[in-house]
Amino acid sequence: MSTFDNPFDPNRRLHAGGCSCGRHLSEAEHQAAQLQTQSAIESEQKRYEGVVASAVMRAMFPRDVARRAFLKSVGAATAVAAVSQFFPLKTATEVFAAGGPLEKKDLKVGFIPITCATPIIMAAPMGFYSKNGLNVEVIKTAGWAVIRDKTINKEYDAAHMLSPMPLAITMGAGSNPIPYTMPAVENINGQAITLSVKHKDKRNPKDWKGFKFAVPFDYSMHNYLLRYYLAEHGIDPDTDVQIRAVPPPEMVANLRADNIDGFLGPDPMNQRAVFDGAGFIHILTKDIWEGHPCCAFAASKEFITAMPNTYGALLKSIIEATAFAHKAENRKQIAAAIAPANYLNQPQIVLEQILTGTFADGLGNIVTQPNRVDFDPFPWQSFAVWIMTQMKRWGQIKGDIDYAGIASQVYLATDATRLMKEAGLTPPTTTTKSFSVMGKTFDPARPEEYLASFKIRKAS
Amino acid sequence: MNFSLRFRAAVVSIVLLAAFLGIWHLATRGTGAVANMTPEYAKLMGLTATAGKSAMPGPLDVGAKLWEHLRQPFYDNGPNDKGLGIQLGYSIARVGLGYFLAVIVAIPLGFLIGMSPLISKALDPFIQVLKPISPLAWMPLALYTIKDSSISAIFVIFICSVWPMLLNTAFGVAAVRKEWINVARTLEVGTVRRAFTVILPAAAPTILTGMRISIGIAWLVIVAAEMLVGGTGIGYFVWNEWNNLSITNVIIAILLIGVVGMLLDQILARFTRMVTFPE
Repeated sequence: MSTFDNPFDPNRRLHAGGCSCGRHLSEAEHQAAQLQTQSAIESEQKRYEGVVASAVMRAMFPRDVARRAFLKSVGAATAVAAVSQFFPLKTATEVFAAGGPLEKKDLKVGFIPITCATPIIMAAPMGFYSKNGLNVEVIKTAGWAVIRDKTINKEYDAAHMLSPMPLAITMGAGSNPIPYTMPAVENINGQAITLSVKHKDKRNPKDWKGFKFAVPFDYSMHNYLLRYYLAEHGIDPDTDVQIRAVPPPEMVANLRADNIDGFLGPDPMNQRAVFDGAGFIHILTKDIWEGHPCCAFAASKEFITAMPNTYGALLKSIIEATAFAHKAENRKQIAAAIAPANYLNQPQIVLEQILTGTFADGLGNIVTQPNRVDFDPFPWQSFAVWIMTQMKRWGQIKGDIDYAGIASQVYLATDATRLMKEAGLTPPTTTTKSFSVMGKTFDPARPEEYLASFKIRKAS
Repeated sequence: MNFSLRFRAAVVSIVLLAAFLGIWHLATRGTGAVANMTPEYAKLMGLTATAGKSAMPGPLDVGAKLWEHLRQPFYDNGPNDKGLGIQLGYSIARVGLGYFLAVIVAIPLGFLIGMSPLISKALDPFIQVLKPISPLAWMPLALYTIKDSSISAIFVIFICSVWPMLLNTAFGVAAVRKEWINVARTLEVGTVRRAFTVILPAAAPTILTGMRISIGIAWLVIVAAEMLVGGTGIGYFVWNEWNNLSITNVIIAILLIGVVGMLLDQILARFTRMVTFPE
């Protein structure tokens, strides 16, 4: 069954067999018919409309004979009108059109120089953007608030963000509410709790009362994971310790200067603290929650609706780059590609240790953890729900929350599914999954019950 | 032997510099190997951890790196990695533009304030409130309303270099000797002509002093503004190298910022000398 011939033509001859679609006498006739219809369709847009309408028509009348009877009785024009009444043909066409002509080829994508941004960055030097017809400049940005403002200002078309940020921006926590979306997760795992070398013998979190910790941003997985970890060990993160938001490079400098006792930060800063002899890696965040999301690829809803094709190509490049970064054998090559001053500006040996997972822990051991950081683009909506439970747990958002609604609005799992398929990957068939954080299972269908089960939380 | 004062001052300067560099060099020397590490482990660590090298670079490190930068100041490796010459060029262009806009606004307005006691009194509260606001406090507001980071940076330069010029111009104009104005008045010189032939030359040294203070402030501000918004410029360079924890490059940037600031100041100082008149 060809996608490109016209199913609205009631007079089209039906055949019993012969060609691949079963409607022509021979393969040659089939090809000729296809060419003819294709040349008849003028513009690209028209072609998409045709394709979508055909698909809908065929889905409604799987049997050709029944369709012909219907068309003969009402006429093709009426049929289209009738179909579009209960199926939004126009919207469906737009969605399908992603992959058509690009509305804009020169894009600017902002990033923060940390290993979480690996797929966004490496897609530039390794040619994933240009492969999809885009000319993307990746721009290093000074901080999360600036990256947020510059994407809202449209200086950037899309940006690297922390996975809780699109949720916070959409809900208006810490900024004006602006519909934001997160079509892909950048990395999973890849963070660590690093402590000052002077705390080498204080490995039990129960001894950490009075410690000063740093996290990069209030709305970050770093903040939620550190709080979660402390609370599980009976330390109230709001009263027993101090947690401040500190830019990552200052974490290492402050650790060396004895201003903070530790941090839960992004790499390369954990490994950099070890490399410089200032700290040691206490625990990798993958040991708190195996497979947790961290950074994300985010774009405003406006960008997605205004430039669906460009958005599609951009997301596809990112998903392909993520798939490439997922493979362990490519990691050394990636470290070399993103180490120069134009990108992460770090010693290559530091990045190699992070990406390959064979690293010095700061205590004299060489540890091998191949999935210390991993790359998996699928934006599980249950991740969003978990993040919202923690936002509520620590008083960042209040009141009744439409967990599933916001999650599906922001974490665009359908787009990721489609593009992952196009990129030759196998996306999951559902959009939520259950997982466990420090041995405690999270059921995304019951966020409030989960939230109520924590003893340590901010009174609200 | 009788050396000139200038020569003796130069000798003292060189001795001070040598002493400073010497102490710096001694203070940042490494302490030798620190912990005993297996060779495989040591390969994964930096020099600070393995060789006990000080985290602070010595003058030799800085000198070598500076030479490396000066050898190719205009390279361009994409949007995030440009030579120091290009970065300084961006900063100077931003400062120049913001400062030029400030001159256009501040000098006529200052003239008006200086010549009219009514306007002076009416605008005074606004100026007094706006003057002490830190340039960086304007930055988020500018980013939010202007919606363009490089124009925001220029706006911040403008907003904080405008006040010293405005106040100095107003003061200079208001302080022109009454006798001179009276003489002009007895000769029936019109207001416009009086402003250009009597008041402007008389107030010029004060106005230029204001401009000199302003360029200093503008140069101070640009570094902070660029560190905040990123992108290009010497301030961005400092931030980028800080991100890499490269103190060597940060020190080089500080040195260059100082040199360029001094040059900008000297240019205006020369202008000031040109318009100053002996009384």
